[in-house]
Amino acid sequence: MTAAIEFRNVTRSFGSVRAVDDVSVEVAAGEFFSMLGPSGSGKTTCLRLIAGFELPDSGHILLDGIDVSDVPPYDRNVNTVFQDYALFPHMSVAQNVEYGLRVRGVAADERRRRTDEMLALVKLGEFGERRPQQLSGGQRQRVALARALINRPKVLLLDEPLGALDLKLREAMQIELKALQRELGITFVFVTHDQGEALSMSDRVAVFDRGRIVQIDSPRGLYGRPRNPFVAQFVGGANVLTSELASTTLGVARPVAIRPEQMRILAAGTATEPGWVACAGTIADSQYHGATLRVQVRTPAGELLTVAQAEAGATDAATRAGTAVQVTWPRESVVELEADHA
Amino acid sequence: MNAAARGAAGGTGGWSRALSSFFYRRPNSYILLLLIPPLLWFGTVYLGSLFSLLLQSFYAINDFTAEIVREPTLATYKQLVTRPAHIDIVVRTTLMAITVTVACAIIAFPLAYYMARYATARMKTYLYVAVLLPMWTSYLVKVYAWRLILAKQGILTWFLDSLGLTPALDAALNTPVIGGPTLSSSYIGMFIVFVYMWLPYMILPIHAALERVPRSLLQASADLGARPGQTFRNVVLPLAFPGVAAGSVFTFSLTLGDYIIPGVVGAPGYFIGMMVFQQQGTAGNIPLAAAFSVVPIVLIAIYLSIVKRFGAFDAL
Repeated sequence: MTAAIEFRNVTRSFGSVRAVDDVSVEVAAGEFFSMLGPSGSGKTTCLRLIAGFELPDSGHILLDGIDVSDVPPYDRNVNTVFQDYALFPHMSVAQNVEYGLRVRGVAADERRRRTDEMLALVKLGEFGERRPQQLSGGQRQRVALARALINRPKVLLLDEPLGALDLKLREAMQIELKALQRELGITFVFVTHDQGEALSMSDRVAVFDRGRIVQIDSPRGLYGRPRNPFVAQFVGGANVLTSELASTTLGVARPVAIRPEQMRILAAGTATEPGWVACAGTIADSQYHGATLRVQVRTPAGELLTVAQAEAGATDAATRAGTAVQVTWPRESVVELEADHA
Repeated sequence: MNAAARGAAGGTGGWSRALSSFFYRRPNSYILLLLIPPLLWFGTVYLGSLFSLLLQSFYAINDFTAEIVREPTLATYKQLVTRPAHIDIVVRTTLMAITVTVACAIIAFPLAYYMARYATARMKTYLYVAVLLPMWTSYLVKVYAWRLILAKQGILTWFLDSLGLTPALDAALNTPVIGGPTLSSSYIGMFIVFVYMWLPYMILPIHAALERVPRSLLQASADLGARPGQTFRNVVLPLAFPGVAAGSVFTFSLTLGDYIIPGVVGAPGYFIGMMVFQQQGTAGNIPLAAAFSVVPIVLIAIYLSIVKRFGAFDAL
């Protein structure tokens, strides 16, 4: 089956910066695909390359098997939900939504029918006559979604669409977006710097770092088997032991990752359970997070390990800065990593 | 503790700190302070003179004694709208103002668009200076300079001649109404000078309006399938229209009120500004001068209500 989107060795530079550096990736039809990375990692440029706002310096972009590398945005069957929503301020909500049909010369009565359909889909049936400025952030988000979906695109591109919403609304929208994608069965490409968002919605996630894709995997695979220290730290904030520390404590000559929630703090000098590895250190700091307590422990080598433990089990002594402790973790929870790419 | 903290805070600054605190606690009196100078200016000098102007236009002059009769009457307005010579002046000035405004908009828009969309920061600075530079020069110097440029032996005639365009110039000058013996004594010449003079007033507001249009709106339009021309018509133009409207109010009213350019360059025939100047000066008919100066106000009001109906200010 032809991939909905295919990048073949795509490179795009801005001045001396390679925003997208020799990226090759395939996105299957109907997939919820996330592009995750810190700002400046190239994920948004990739999205803009798919939309056609940027053209590649080299390499090829294929949509449904057809090379669109130099096709302008208005001739591509993809639509975008913009980070700032980009709603037209001089048009009503309904006019915004029907815009895609209007510029393609669809007759007025069909336009009205499909606009009503779309507004109902995003639960904004009553708001057609309003101006975008009169809506809340979450409602504008839905208008942007309806406007992008009305052309029935093969691919919907979402550029950090939930970034401006508050936490509660964001979580509700995550569930709705996922449900919408399942209902419509179209390909979603979702750009975000929020690993939780990427993990909770996606079929697959591509992790970007400095213009390259470091790892593509299912959320579970990404979390459980990060490939290198960057992915381990960016997705889930794992502790990464450098190869030196890993070889002294574990006898492994490669960097390793251990999740904070798999680590425990023991009083100094306590015997460890069989199958667990221990490392001495002193408590540097701690933060209360409600259900959990995150404690930073500094190893003699100067590395900082973060331990997440249930708040209930924490004793005062185990959180006081300067206390000598040991950090332990089960040997099987250790994930061996490749060295970071240059 | 509280008193000590307040004392420590109040220790430095003394009365100026007390004054600051006073205004901080009473934002309304601060706003009042802020607005007193402009309110005084607008209230007395600006609105006051406008009101007295309006008042004057409802007086009339006694034809025999040439004295102003200070009794409310519409006689002056009747004179204004019934005498063919007066109507000619209003029509002539209005047509010139409309033509100048349209030409300014057509010339200004592409430049403003380039400045807002494509120019680098450095290029933008150069263009700003280039647009504003002519305004650093005296208005009169520029007008008389243009008279020389447009004269029969002027540089423009010479330039057109060396390009072999003399027949085109002659044809233009032979056009009835707008033509004349030379460029400097025709409406074409006057039109050129007006456009030159008011162009910056059109470029700057359009540029400001275009600058405020987020790039993502243009991308969203293209993304939804609009070709560049459709994006321009549906998104750029409506959002830039408040700027065009603001600029055209400038060019329109400046042309309506100007009394120097029509006297220095162009065909004989009075313009509103000249008429006001002459009526309140040599002729001493202040009511008629006042009535004439009400005409631009009325025209601008009509113009604004038309552009408002077109939705020019919807995006504001």
